Amino acid sequence: MTKLLASREALLMVAIAILLAIIAWRFPAFVVPSNLLAVFNDTSPLILLAIGQMIVILTKCIDLSVAANLALTGMVVSLINIAVPGLPVIFIVLIAIGFGTLLGMFNGILVWKLAIPPIVVTLGTMTIFRGIIFLLTEGKWVNSHEMSDSFKSVPRTDLLGLPILSWIAIAAVILFTIVMTRTSLGRAFYAAGGNPHAATYAGINVGKTQFWAFTISGAIAGLTGYLWVSRFAVAYVDVAGGFELTVVAACVIGGVSIMGGIGTVFGALLGALFLGIIANALPVVNISPFSQMAISGGAIIIAVVLNAQANRSPGRIILKKAEHAT
Amino acid sequence: MNTRSIPDRLQSPLERKVKSWESLLMLVAIGIFVANSFASPYFLNAWNLSDATFNFTEKAMIAFAMALLIISGEIDLSVASIIALASTAMGAAVQMGVGTEGLVLIGLATGLVCGAFNGILVTGLGLPSIVVTIGTMSLFRGISFIILGDQAYRGYPPEFAFFGQGYVWWVISFEFVLFAIIAVIYGVVLHMTNFGRAVYAIGNNPTGALFSGIRVGRVKFILFLLTGLMSGIAAICLTSRLGSTRPSIATGWELEIVTMVVLGGVNILGGSGSIPGVVIAAFVMGLVTFGLGLLNVPGIVMSIVIGALLIGVIALPRLWTMWRTR
Repeated sequence: MTKLLASREALLMVAIAILLAIIAWRFPAFVVPSNLLAVFNDTSPLILLAIGQMIVILTKCIDLSVAANLALTGMVVSLINIAVPGLPVIFIVLIAIGFGTLLGMFNGILVWKLAIPPIVVTLGTMTIFRGIIFLLTEGKWVNSHEMSDSFKSVPRTDLLGLPILSWIAIAAVILFTIVMTRTSLGRAFYAAGGNPHAATYAGINVGKTQFWAFTISGAIAGLTGYLWVSRFAVAYVDVAGGFELTVVAACVIGGVSIMGGIGTVFGALLGALFLGIIANALPVVNISPFSQMAISGGAIIIAVVLNAQANRSPGRIILKKAEHAT
Repeated sequence: MNTRSIPDRLQSPLERKVKSWESLLMLVAIGIFVANSFASPYFLNAWNLSDATFNFTEKAMIAFAMALLIISGEIDLSVASIIALASTAMGAAVQMGVGTEGLVLIGLATGLVCGAFNGILVTGLGLPSIVVTIGTMSLFRGISFIILGDQAYRGYPPEFAFFGQGYVWWVISFEFVLFAIIAVIYGVVLHMTNFGRAVYAIGNNPTGALFSGIRVGRVKFILFLLTGLMSGIAAICLTSRLGSTRPSIATGWELEIVTMVVLGGVNILGGSGSIPGVVIAAFVMGLVTFGLGLLNVPGIVMSIVIGALLIGVIALPRLWTMWRTR
């Protein structure tokens, strides 16, 4: 029980509760259920991307190309929608996931087969993906009236009181909680990042595991790309510009260790919600939206300081622990 | 990838020099120069070439400090945001009627303070530099956004324009002279002093360096200070050249600076690299950008080229060894 209370997730839930209480004290309308659901819906893309990013960070990598992947996939499906307006949306969704997966695999191959540091690979692909959007469109926007109605309606359609966008985020949280805690692939992600040497000796191919992490991150980014452009009904080069940092911030705040091996889907969810609540509350409490960047920067730094304190062992007592255990 | 073969005989110094990364890069630079002079009739013109140097001088100043930082195994992604904050500080000072000397001091001081902030977080608290500087990247630029919003600072004193627009002699700009002086200073510091040896030692084996009596924390702290200081100097030059400050100033420069350093043959994982390499890489990137600009290629397409260069320069040698050792 004490372990549960001391966990990062519990700490973060308390922080979120305090944050909501402060907002509610001044603006009670913000915490009515319907508004909270709207905030959740608005944060759903961030939740999705944070889950993918968390898996990548678990394996000691980082994926800075998620936002560019999202923008490129979003543009590709919008262009397909213009070219073939009658194409059923289910195919659009499959194309988005497939295309995002390919982009993620490209990152993964470079990291796995050529052993290029992930930060270099994804910094590079980040600019390349955005550049490709420009090459595809020559900088033109795809606007609302060019998209078919069915293309635009999916994320907003209500299902049991919640938009489909929210349901997809919930489904992803459940699916990846199961994958991370109940499958050997999930354990491999933790092992590859927690101790790559030990993982190798345990028969886990670390590079291949990292490849799968990038592939999953890419697939999620692709799906989110479709959801993003259809929700906002516009696609252009700078869609979600700089969003990769918000995604990393959500993970770090959610207790995912940048050194790999530590983190949970629930933590990433809470980290994303924390940032989502701040982003939605700022205009309500009359703070300039321009301050959001500084706040998320400050939140990353505070979170990483707290993480480091929490993960620091009080000394080298590994052997003693082992003696007691036997 | 981890196996290292021991050569049965040493290469002669000349052979090593000819086969080095720097000479390969020099060939590329010459190739680009020749290709450019064929591609555009406006390329071979003293004033145009002088203009071209502005494409890289400011970035290269930071790249030298970044090279030392990356060799020591750390990274600073907040450099472009430090430029934004230093520029904003100078802009605010102008509104209060501060003169040119004061502006320079404020620019340098802001850079140093930001560098010290990064340095304390990384060396004092032992946090990973990549997350810390992703955080400060949002924080520093975020502060600029809070101060400026969608406004801009103008009205810099006429003498202040010299730093970014002044010419020392004929086509030789002040910025180019400053770039050359800084390059020599960093070359001497890295390759001819104890401090430089310490930087390599830390990058190759931080624990070993510590046990050899090198003050690892202090050296890294100084490197973060230097990176901040160089960002301050770059901010002075850039602000003076543009004559105005917006919070979005120098967006994305951190990527180009890291690319410049990696292109210059610095190992992104630390431990090796040289200043001459970075100097040539600066020229290569400046010539590519300028040549493409003369051919009316839009900026975002140039960023594809830069992203591809970043991945390509690391991938190609590795592909080559893989192909040879197959």
